[in-house]
Amino acid sequence: MVKQLKEKMMSSKESILQKIKQNQPKELNELPNLEPLKESELDVLEQYKSVLKSIGGDFVEVSNYAEITDFVKEKFDTSKRILTTLPELSEVANLDWTSDDPHSLQDAELILVKAHFGVAENSALWITDEVMGQRVSTFIPQYLAIVVNKKDIVAKMHQAYDRIGNQEYGFGTFIAGPSKTADIEQSLVLGAHGARGLTVFLME
Amino acid sequence: MSSNKTIPHSEAAALFNKNEERVNWHDETLWFVREKRDRSAHQIPEWELLRETASQIKFNVLSNIHDYLVEFESNAQKNGIIVHWAANAEEHNVIVHSILEKHNIKQMVKSKSMLTEECHLNDYLTNRGIDVIDSDLGERIVQLRNEPPSHIVLPAIHLKKEDVSETFHEHLGTEKGNIDPQYLTESARQHLRDVFLTRKAALTGVNFAVAETGEFVVCTNEGNADMGAHLADVHIACMGFEKLIPQREHLGVFLRLLARSATGQPITTFSSHFKKPNDGKEIHIVIVDNGRSEQLGREDFRNSLKCIRCGACMNTCPVYRRSGGHSYHNAVAGPIGSILAPNLDMKKNADLPFASTLCGSCTNVCPVKIDIHDQLYKWRQVLVKEGYTPKVKTIAMKTMATVLANPTVFEIAGKAGRFTMKNLPGLVNNKLNKWYDQREMPEVPEESFREWYKKNGKATKGKNDEQ
Repeated sequence: MVKQLKEKMMSSKESILQKIKQNQPKELNELPNLEPLKESELDVLEQYKSVLKSIGGDFVEVSNYAEITDFVKEKFDTSKRILTTLPELSEVANLDWTSDDPHSLQDAELILVKAHFGVAENSALWITDEVMGQRVSTFIPQYLAIVVNKKDIVAKMHQAYDRIGNQEYGFGTFIAGPSKTADIEQSLVLGAHGARGLTVFLME
Repeated sequence: MSSNKTIPHSEAAALFNKNEERVNWHDETLWFVREKRDRSAHQIPEWELLRETASQIKFNVLSNIHDYLVEFESNAQKNGIIVHWAANAEEHNVIVHSILEKHNIKQMVKSKSMLTEECHLNDYLTNRGIDVIDSDLGERIVQLRNEPPSHIVLPAIHLKKEDVSETFHEHLGTEKGNIDPQYLTESARQHLRDVFLTRKAALTGVNFAVAETGEFVVCTNEGNADMGAHLADVHIACMGFEKLIPQREHLGVFLRLLARSATGQPITTFSSHFKKPNDGKEIHIVIVDNGRSEQLGREDFRNSLKCIRCGACMNTCPVYRRSGGHSYHNAVAGPIGSILAPNLDMKKNADLPFASTLCGSCTNVCPVKIDIHDQLYKWRQVLVKEGYTPKVKTIAMKTMATVLANPTVFEIAGKAGRFTMKNLPGLVNNKLNKWYDQREMPEVPEESFREWYKKNGKATKGKNDEQ
């Protein structure tokens, strides 16, 4: 049965590819040059801040991790489960969870991670499994906080992919603001399935 | 889903139009989204260059798709992803089911995928004892109501808060009469969180697949694809083969266009790049043809395969906005759906290319510059030639051709028409006259232009000569 199915799938592959080869246009279409799209006069930091606000996120400018620790103590319920991948935040957050069963993160109130860089035009932050601890960690907590260096904000998505280049990762994601939906009569609601709020710490 | 019998678009639209208040609301809601798209696009000075670049990348993809697919498969396999090929909807469904069977999984959580709608996967799995739960809020709402989505980006755009409230009260036990979107969304959040935490298999769609790296990208605002995929042991991703792009850097072009065109957002909240399965987990990709290779061979229509499913053409379409997505009886509604559908089934979908004013608004907003309204016009000609259009229309067109080709017949017909409309309007302004169905008849002039010209033409000509 399995063997039959495998054979059938193999033959589907061959027939699909053959049909495509036969039907695809014969003319040569070169890939366009992406360089002209990279030009930008954006004030990257200002743009980043204003776009983030407009999509429901929030930012705090900080000069060191101690300021983040203070902020977390003041704004979040520290009696609840707070997790991080950043050793500098160990005073307010647990570091020992990255090899736990991902389902066990369901009661996380706040997770703090660091982004590789941010993008000014859409306020997205690039995060890979190298910095997220668990793949589900940026989706499952009630609140999410991400640290990014101010000097690591690029203008547009083209610069973002230049920066990613051939980087190896198992999973990577651009995160722009908190989880949201407008599926009920176009009313915007923050916190659909993922974080209800996103705080970005813009670090000097 | 419940809509097995196909009602022609015009009839379904007529039913939708019975509730005038609802139609106006539907129209305004979608126009609101279209305006958000405009504001967002206008903030990008290089918007037109971006569209042109995207269109050229897709041209390149279409002419090299064979090689890109081979490259993608090989790279994905190197990354540890299991690749499957499905020639049609049936094979797609069999493959998905066999993966679940292999792992003895009876429950699956699903993120948005219009391809699985196209293949009627939910029905197929449900009939085989698999419990499938859609996790996109809009899709969950329509699933509970046993309806298909009416829009590819906004699946429940045809429903009001009151409808959702009723549905949730019935199925999720929410407070009767509570129509607060915040409250309703919170209830769905709790219900779906429980689903995410208990499912061993998650299915997602694919927005883009990259040949160069063997990775694929899934875009959502809710984070439902990620909640499902990262908590499950098995992740199945289903894609039409046209989702392929050549290189990772091309994602920069498409991610800039997709959300801005769809909802006016600068980017979706989550743009997740799946490259390798986590330790001990499996990622499967099902690459589906289901008529796409045929469309690739239709020179006039192959550009439709550039579509990135943003829904901008629907939001701007004056017909879609006033007839509702369900009237298109196809997984993808609106202008782009009306080009894709006849390729899948010419007979069943012959009405759809006529569900357009050919105003060109769809073409103007399309982020990858598909010549949508031209293709709709071309489909009409193909469908008439192949004999798939209604007899009444064919006869009327043939009669008209005879009348217009013969000056004497034209004159007599004109006289008779003017006499009838003036003295016996009931003969014309009735239900048998298909033209009168949707239009006011014009007021009748005393005489035709030809009659007028016979009397006055020469005199006027003389006058002009004198000057």
